[in-house]
Amino acid sequence: MHADARSDLAAWRAEVPALALPVHGRRLVYLDNAATTLMARPVIDAVARVATHLPGNVHRGVHALAEAADAAFEGARATIARHLGARPDEIVLTSGTTAAINLVAQAWGRANLGPGDAVVVSALEHHANLVPWQAACAERGATLRIAPIDDAGRIDLVALDALLDARVKLLAVAHLSNVVGTVAPIAAIAARAHAVGARVLVDGAQALPHLPIDVAALGCDFYACSGHKAYGPTGTGVLWGRADVLAAMPPWQHGGEMVAAVEATRARYREAPARFEAGTPNISGVIGLAAALDHAATRDRAAVAAHEARLHARLRAGLAATPGVRVLGAPEAAVVSFEVAGVHPHDVATILDQEGVCVRSGLHCAEPLHARLGAAASVRASLAYYNGDDDVDALLAALTRVREVFA
Amino acid sequence: MSDVRALYQATIVDHDRHPRNHGALAGADRAATVDNPLCGDVVTIELRLTDRTIAAAGWTGRGCALARAAGSMLTVALAGLDAAAAAARLDALEALVRAAPDAPVPDDLGDLAAFAGVRGFASRRGCVLIAVRAARACLSG
Repeated sequence: MHADARSDLAAWRAEVPALALPVHGRRLVYLDNAATTLMARPVIDAVARVATHLPGNVHRGVHALAEAADAAFEGARATIARHLGARPDEIVLTSGTTAAINLVAQAWGRANLGPGDAVVVSALEHHANLVPWQAACAERGATLRIAPIDDAGRIDLVALDALLDARVKLLAVAHLSNVVGTVAPIAAIAARAHAVGARVLVDGAQALPHLPIDVAALGCDFYACSGHKAYGPTGTGVLWGRADVLAAMPPWQHGGEMVAAVEATRARYREAPARFEAGTPNISGVIGLAAALDHAATRDRAAVAAHEARLHARLRAGLAATPGVRVLGAPEAAVVSFEVAGVHPHDVATILDQEGVCVRSGLHCAEPLHARLGAAASVRASLAYYNGDDDVDALLAALTRVREVFA
Repeated sequence: MSDVRALYQATIVDHDRHPRNHGALAGADRAATVDNPLCGDVVTIELRLTDRTIAAAGWTGRGCALARAAGSMLTVALAGLDAAAAAARLDALEALVRAAPDAPVPDDLGDLAAFAGVRGFASRRGCVLIAVRAARACLSG
């Protein structure tokens, strides 16, 4: 490692208080970043500052505190839009990726799906980008088609072409797989879907913290992502939708904030994005998410990308050299899932935990994908910018402890 | 105390590696399957009853070492018990794994006392209880 990279990492880590939490008396080795990430001090401070300095509600008051909260909240929306290459009026603030996808499945689905129509999802999808489409198709009389993947965990574009026809109204796909760590060629997939008149929704929950996101360049119609997987607070998320697509959608949830005028028996709704934001939002969370994206932009993007790519390669190489380990698919970024021969993932994760190493075990909300890859379940290690060689090496060393216990 | 060796005691590892009574039980007249959708583990317990006594018990399924050992060790522990004694044994095992980590271990549990180490691992209680719930469903079925 270059001296610069080492000093970068030390500085990055110094800003993340949770990294100092001891686990079973050992140094925390946090490799469950695909589940949730750790916040840096400026993000924590931004969240706390809402409680101390911006206690008003948004969008409804004319007093000083309400106006200050409103300005900060809409400022956060503009910041989030800027980091995604979008316009502020295309940014719907949600509780997370799951809510963003459900919003599209329900609201867009109600207006656009009917008997005889089809939705395509890939075989890679997290349950949050599968089950909402199962439900929407069942409710609307539409058919759900599954785009197959190869053994590497890449979407089979030839097979996808065969699934796409005029019946397909929407294609939903993960940008970065939460299990096999493959990166989908979104622009190529979107072009194929658009050729048959289908909309494209991208689940960007895992991609946002690791890949540059420019929704215009990606060519999709919807992009859904979460704050807490991108070094921001839990309970925050974003649905980006192309302005013309959002404008044609009915509301999802109904209530205050989203209405233009209400009579006793009927209401008129506001324009997007307000139409899709019923109720008081997570004000401090949204401001924290904007702070997290701003803070990420202070880190040299090329340096972070090189650092994460090098760690990912070290992790893959180390696992490949570990007897009895099988990696699922051919991971390309941030995430590696694997099996240890003869030892259940929960047992692996418990033993790693005792060594201070936090990983995910189980199905990672992707049961059909595990079945496709011939794995009953798996162990997942997932990286963040604040991980280092020491974290990867700690995981690999702890795996020898697994073999000792289950000799 | 949550030492990994206390969790994976030799008896548990032995039953995981060399499960007893594993496979379909000939002449079974009770069977129940319980799964854990979070992790994909599933355990089926089968019982053959003579009057109200468990003449034989078997198990099948897939899961972690704790789930597999619980299936194996329960089939050993339940064989020969009448329904009331079997239910009491299941309750005792559940009480054991739900107890505080430093609670005394009852001295009448036999090999099942090996699961005392689970008390230090709250997230792993459910792994043991899959087999307990399946066996309980057999007895009530």
